[in-house]
Amino acid sequence: MYAVIVGCGRMGFNLARALLEQGHEVTVTERDLERSKVANEQLGQVVVVGDGCEPQVLREAGAQRADVLVALTGKDEDNLVACQVAKHLFRVSRTIALVNNPKNEKLFHLLGVDVQLSHTSMVLQHVEEELPGAGVVHMEGLRGSNWELVSIKIPSDAMAVGKPLREMRLPQGSVVSLVIGADGLAHFPSENILLHTGDQLLVVTSPESEETVRETLTGVN
Amino acid sequence: MKVVILGCARVGAWLAAELHSQGHHVRILDEDEENFRRLPVELRTIGEDGGEGIAVLGDGTQEEDLIRAGIEGADVFVATLPQDTPNLMAAQIAQHVFHVPRVVCRLNDGERQGIYQGLGLHVINATQLVGEALMSSLREP
Repeated sequence: MYAVIVGCGRMGFNLARALLEQGHEVTVTERDLERSKVANEQLGQVVVVGDGCEPQVLREAGAQRADVLVALTGKDEDNLVACQVAKHLFRVSRTIALVNNPKNEKLFHLLGVDVQLSHTSMVLQHVEEELPGAGVVHMEGLRGSNWELVSIKIPSDAMAVGKPLREMRLPQGSVVSLVIGADGLAHFPSENILLHTGDQLLVVTSPESEETVRETLTGVN
Repeated sequence: MKVVILGCARVGAWLAAELHSQGHHVRILDEDEENFRRLPVELRTIGEDGGEGIAVLGDGTQEEDLIRAGIEGADVFVATLPQDTPNLMAAQIAQHVFHVPRVVCRLNDGERQGIYQGLGLHVINATQLVGEALMSSLREP
């Protein structure tokens, strides 16, 4: 795989190193001369010095043959434009952007960035998992579709406890894809599997159906 | 006409004062208060009573700051910052989030102009405009 990374800060540098160690081909664009020098010394000649939002610099970095572009600068406007230039000028099929301000996640999605990474959301997700009765935890949006993967824990007072999965009337299209029991083992969910307190269900659903799914699996009565 | 201008560098400040003098309702947004010195004195601050002022301190890539500048209900949004990327982000927010009927974006890079025009943005290429003016002045006797 060939990856172009925009921004050689700590994250860009470490990502480049990890991808190189896995045997992938990587070019990083970085405006700062000093950072570029350090990365070139430690990772081999991987840096193109320049502004990775500019078509000329991305061309020099080989964006036209890249499989993925990852924009990891500290500025959301730069990450957005780097991804849009990659997508629309160089036809890079997968663009990934760091979203520094979590409020921009939706905007980036609307404007065609394939994957939005937000530190705040990632930390929030882990915090939410720890909260009792938090209901639905968002795991991941599924590529190129309206579907999302959510995690739901069955609370002890739920109607679902002790019932087989087939009795759960989930909205059309919503599917329980995995049941992780309180014993920590993952079970491929047959329709006869019984639901227990503390079971974690990984469910594929849509934002519109999410509330119904939550109500069906965790509702008290 | 209700106009929101992003960027109070020379171009933005000139445009704001010009539109204001023509009687339009203008707000100009910039995150650096220093830049408002380019505006005529009476336009620099918005008084408690609304006043004559047109300057709004804020970041044009932030929706809440754009709202404070009155982007909801604006007829026109113009991004005039000297840097291309915040202009592009702000202009796309104006177009796709707030659905401002007319959005104009100043850019310096001609290649990006092509991309974003293809995406439906109205782009003014500052480099090309000045370049062409210079070229034509060279041809004069």
